[in-house]
Amino acid sequence: MFRLEARTSTPAWFNLALPLLAIGATLVLCSGLIALAGAGVIEAYGVMFSASLGDSYAITETLVRATPMIFTGLAVAVAFRAKFWNIGAEGQLLAGAVASCAVGAIPMPGPLAMLLMALAGAAAGAAVALIPATLRVKFKVDDVVSSLLLNSVIFYALMALIEGPWKDSFSGYPISPPIEDSANFPVLLEGTRLHLGVVAAFLAAPVIWFLIVRTTLGFRIRVIGENPEAARYGGIHVERVLISTALLSGALAGLAGVGEVGGVHFQVMSDISPGYGYSGIVVAMLARLNPLGVMPAALFLAAVMTGAEAMSRATGVPAFLSEVIQGTALLAMLVALLFTAYRIRRVGAAR
Amino acid sequence: MIVVLEQIFQVGFLAAIIRIATPLAFATLGEMFSERAGVLNLGIEGIMLLSAMTGFTATSLSGSLWLGVLAAVLTGALMGAVHALFTVALGLSQHVCGIGVTLFSSGLAYFLYRLIFGQQSVPPSIKSFETLPIPVLSDIPVLGPAVFNQFSLVYMAMAAVPLAAFVLYRTPWGLSVRMVGENPRAADSAGVGVIATRFQAVILGGALMGLAGAFLSMVQFNAFTFGLVSGRGWVAIALVVFGRWDPWRSAGAALLFAFVDALQLRMQASGLGHIPYEAFLMLPFIFTIVAMAVMSRNAVAPSALLKPFRREER
Repeated sequence: MFRLEARTSTPAWFNLALPLLAIGATLVLCSGLIALAGAGVIEAYGVMFSASLGDSYAITETLVRATPMIFTGLAVAVAFRAKFWNIGAEGQLLAGAVASCAVGAIPMPGPLAMLLMALAGAAAGAAVALIPATLRVKFKVDDVVSSLLLNSVIFYALMALIEGPWKDSFSGYPISPPIEDSANFPVLLEGTRLHLGVVAAFLAAPVIWFLIVRTTLGFRIRVIGENPEAARYGGIHVERVLISTALLSGALAGLAGVGEVGGVHFQVMSDISPGYGYSGIVVAMLARLNPLGVMPAALFLAAVMTGAEAMSRATGVPAFLSEVIQGTALLAMLVALLFTAYRIRRVGAAR
Repeated sequence: MIVVLEQIFQVGFLAAIIRIATPLAFATLGEMFSERAGVLNLGIEGIMLLSAMTGFTATSLSGSLWLGVLAAVLTGALMGAVHALFTVALGLSQHVCGIGVTLFSSGLAYFLYRLIFGQQSVPPSIKSFETLPIPVLSDIPVLGPAVFNQFSLVYMAMAAVPLAAFVLYRTPWGLSVRMVGENPRAADSAGVGVIATRFQAVILGGALMGLAGAFLSMVQFNAFTFGLVSGRGWVAIALVVFGRWDPWRSAGAALLFAFVDALQLRMQASGLGHIPYEAFLMLPFIFTIVAMAVMSRNAVAPSALLKPFRREER
């Protein structure tokens, strides 16, 4: 007989083992779908791997794709630490993209433009995140639902812009005018799309880690998430910390949009984000809400997304497999997290 | 104002309200059952999408509309069971599991649809249900043709509201659902199986979400399209709060939302010149957020909502 037993502490290697376990289980489960599509499982995963990590160009593409998900992953990790259920990273990303695109279209020296784009994008994302946080603090509105609904509102606002004042009058396509050439983020490696924003993302993760683990604000964020009553008792202004968390989280999600405008698309269109905001939730959970873990988790999802398109071309398996993998990985990770709370103990049948 | 009133009392406008409200009513009732038992189901958006896909596919392959409805209901129930497995049996975070179920179900819906139908320039469609006029009642002026000359799934939604109220308030099972949602420990002491009741409520809720999905792909659009659900699931969650977890009020909330949505569609069509149509599209969502802000102060959620039940823990 086996039985679950409560665990008092978890060994450190769990931080690595659990996500790997979840990812392994996900790939095994999803191989059923590959087989269903009539392709070889090993072949499909092989194409996926070589197209995303097989050579240096593929690796740079994966890094570029991981960048927005590092930012949204950090946004979600920070928010969930405080139990601020920000499911609105998608809308905050779009707001950041729109704001940075507006700023980037103004002629000015390149470095200044990039700085102002980042500030504008972060501010726009923070402003959007402020809405569900304020509604929760002032009106007790559930933050999950309001942040989800806001995603639709922001999306329609973006559409109104690119089908209205921003519409390309020459081609008639619903895309915004491009930002100034001088505002394009510099490419770091000739012949690739590896841009400055990628470096920014990999710098942001340790900064946010430091903020969460080593600063007073980080401590407060963790405490109001783990035990709001104790936080209040200890003299922490819970509502104020919640608002700060929302601003920080929204700003990070906004930066994801900045990177896509400044480094990848140089303009705004309706499909600028294929759900990077929602992927941020998967990334944050795989990372166990640890900002440093967000980097490898985002790289994994980016590799899956980049690889899925190549796999689809080579084997005919629909590229939507990458979305199934994301959902499955999230659920598998949740189950794997049970091992942090419980251990399986063998109980002798004979007494 | 007069223009608005004239609009409202048009047959077409009333019928549009009813049609928009139908999937929302199913979805809202489904979410309500789940939440009354203490389980938030954020998987609703994906469950509706996957059910819409399986319903459409079953009809498309078999030619039978009711077989499609059955497939959608079974899909919804199955995904409800999956959500219950994670949140009730394993006691995992309801927020994150729900998002996981939505991501998984939407991904699977798109994947399977592409696998079965391939990439086609014109999406395949089915011959939808025909309207079923109810004798005598459908002859009432204005109201008759709008309300009583509808699809059978619409009548099912109308019947589902009193039925849900009856089940929740007047049957022993409904009492169990309310008990495990309010005070699972007391329910456990009284001999109610907390885990089993929650499973049943979430599965029933999923089946209702499946009906909502079936209506979308088999009546409203006659096809499965990407973005078919487009936030209706999230709206349903808000409507449950707005309707204070009560079947009648939730259905009323669905009707009110449908009214706003139908109104914005009319305003779009009437071409209020310079206002971009997206402004109308976002109107129902803003309306829902504002409505929640107004209602949430007085709203009392089931006490045990979001709280997993583990018997051995005190």
